[in-house]
Amino acid sequence: MATNAIPAPIEPENTPPKRRLGEGWMSPLMLAPSVIALIVFIYGFIGMTFWISISNWRKAGPMDLSISDPWWGVYDRLFNDRRFQIGLRNTIIFTVLFLLLAVVVGLLLAILLDRHIFGGSVFRNIFLFPYALSFIVTGVSWRWIFNPESGVNLLFDHLGINWLLAQFGAGPLKPGWLTNPEVIGNLPMPDAVKAQIGIPMALIPVVIAAVWQLSGFAMAMYLAGLGTISTEVREAAQLDGASTWRMYRDIIIPLLKPITVSTLIILGHVSLKIFDLIFAMSGTGPGFATDVPGIYMFEQTFKATRYNLGAAASVVMLIMVSLVIVPYLARTMKDL
Amino acid sequence: MQTFRSRKINRRQFAAGSAVFATVAVMPGIRVAAQDASPAASPATIAILNDGTPESDLEVFSWWTGPGEHDGLVKLYEAFIGLFPDVQITDAAVAGGAGSNAKAALSTRLEGGDPPDSWQSHAGKELQELYQGPGYAEPLTDIWNAMGLDDAIPQGLNDQVTVDGEKYLIPVGVHMGNVLFANKQVATDNGLEWSDTLTSDDFLAMADTLKEAGIPAIALGSKDSFAAVQLFENILMGQLGGDAYNGLWDGSTDWGGDDITAAIETFAKYLDYVNDDHSSLTWDGAMDLVLNGTAFATSMGDWAYGAAVSKEKTDVLAWAAHPDTDGLYVSVMDGFTLPKDAPHPVNAENWLGVVGSAEAQATFAPYKGCIPARTDADTSGLSDYGQWSASQFGSAQVVASIAHGAAAAPGQVLDITDAITSFLVDKDVAALQDALSMAAEDAQ
Repeated sequence: MATNAIPAPIEPENTPPKRRLGEGWMSPLMLAPSVIALIVFIYGFIGMTFWISISNWRKAGPMDLSISDPWWGVYDRLFNDRRFQIGLRNTIIFTVLFLLLAVVVGLLLAILLDRHIFGGSVFRNIFLFPYALSFIVTGVSWRWIFNPESGVNLLFDHLGINWLLAQFGAGPLKPGWLTNPEVIGNLPMPDAVKAQIGIPMALIPVVIAAVWQLSGFAMAMYLAGLGTISTEVREAAQLDGASTWRMYRDIIIPLLKPITVSTLIILGHVSLKIFDLIFAMSGTGPGFATDVPGIYMFEQTFKATRYNLGAAASVVMLIMVSLVIVPYLARTMKDL
Repeated sequence: MQTFRSRKINRRQFAAGSAVFATVAVMPGIRVAAQDASPAASPATIAILNDGTPESDLEVFSWWTGPGEHDGLVKLYEAFIGLFPDVQITDAAVAGGAGSNAKAALSTRLEGGDPPDSWQSHAGKELQELYQGPGYAEPLTDIWNAMGLDDAIPQGLNDQVTVDGEKYLIPVGVHMGNVLFANKQVATDNGLEWSDTLTSDDFLAMADTLKEAGIPAIALGSKDSFAAVQLFENILMGQLGGDAYNGLWDGSTDWGGDDITAAIETFAKYLDYVNDDHSSLTWDGAMDLVLNGTAFATSMGDWAYGAAVSKEKTDVLAWAAHPDTDGLYVSVMDGFTLPKDAPHPVNAENWLGVVGSAEAQATFAPYKGCIPARTDADTSGLSDYGQWSASQFGSAQVVASIAHGAAAAPGQVLDITDAITSFLVDKDVAALQDALSMAAEDAQ
């Protein structure tokens, strides 16, 4: 390697910088390999995927990159597919419920630990531990927990809850969990929307499993945030006679806002492209109650060999995630 | 590199995962189990098709990585090694997803112009759409004729490997897809009369009796949606009969017809008697319900018997063709292809000669839990159940399965599967029939 590749020592700002050999083109050159890799493997493939999504390639075999007529024909079909509409509905419902619960549970756990209740370090690890597992492990375990014949419903029997209900003449408590095909609510929609817009009950257990896995992550984020709030602020609040509740409500939680935003963004992009947890836990669910665009994309591409339709579904997923990530990145860049 | 002869199998870590997805697992090399339950094929009786000089290598691609099925594959390797002791076999097996991972990995290789010497494929539309149509598979009619397979392979199976008069697959083993496995004890306890030739009316009458006793008559595991499709196809062909069912795939039977409506209505009746938790179980979970006596019967393929064998509960089982389908044999068939531009053409051809032989198939089938694709192969090594299945195979009309990709193109299969998944919840007969018609139109 050429010796002139060693970066020049940093000069104090008030002395005029001396031009060294190659300084003008060295840094672009050093960046080139990763920029080229980025262009090819990220943006190149995104472009390729978009092209396939407007092409006629819907058969196994060599690529058919001729543009379909009209060019948006594949997207037209995609958005008219009832199953894809259901998938989009599920993604949105799942994301909202999951983010809400994960953040609330994470914040509560962080506050409890922050108050130095007995055994804090032990519980901190216990709460964070599920985050270390793979979604596949979580999915398989929770699938059995929420199986109506073998899982948590047996607990209702053994705890005597069903016996108690029987005493009052009520039927046993036996929710269908993952097998419940009901969709609660039905928002009025134009005719083009073939999916019933409401909350699919089978999605609730999946939300619980995801919250179980990732609220520990939210907790860790909040713990870090709580650590940065100085004791002076708390003491000042106490001197002014604020109750604990008011101190958290009006001072600490507002101060944690940047943490909340980061947590929502990170968890939000996980949930928008979720695939593995749902694939392992419930598959597409009864009547597609837990189907998501990721599974739809996988099945259209690799099972049905409709490469254009699968590519279109991935482009839609990319746009959804970009809607969350791009404003966040733009804001972070501005702060720099 | 270790050779196969040292009783270890090589594998090549090919770059499959890169483009595909995280769950693709390239199987690590598996030690060949030293099982000698069945006699090894005597190599002397297998004819050598191509007497050219064998190349040094043979690479065979499959998704047979599980216990049993991999042992069966090893029996085929042993038969080949018996003839060509100096050839080193590379076992390129990809695990998972009932072959869907393997197919994704294989298509990457085929598109990249790097075919193995032979790969596993199902018959019918899967073979046609994925391999013959794109030009990856070569016609092997000469090999077929040299082995006289027209006499040994039933017509229904023969049709599934033929495109425009040329053969593209050497069948190795066949599973039966339309079997009703039932728990004998449940039948006895509830005073039911089991028969080998049940009709749907008989079965639904039994189901009523069982419903009063609180026992689901049909165990279904619809988490993997193929199981519901398989139940539907068995009901569909029971209603239509073999010829009209075959007509669905060449356009001579109309998906809008009254017979289809009747089949869907019967399907809806069956669904009144399924286990409540079907959407959280897979087919083997459903089979467990039957083995434990918590449900009466399940409509599944041969491989469900394999699940009973592994749990040592075969003695509780009774079996018959699915109601109304006696005389029909839904084949789920595996075979091997001849690739265009095989890297080792002489070995590739001789490999097909081995797997197409009655001797090799007879040793393969007991391990795989299927029956030999050749009706002239020895079936004495099979279980009681296997011998029953083989006898059905010899006498029944062989038809193709939707759920296993032989009857319809992959896109149509997914559309049918999606429509049935919706039907399990909404039970909207007209909507399912419309969706089935549209799926057929879209496949044109």
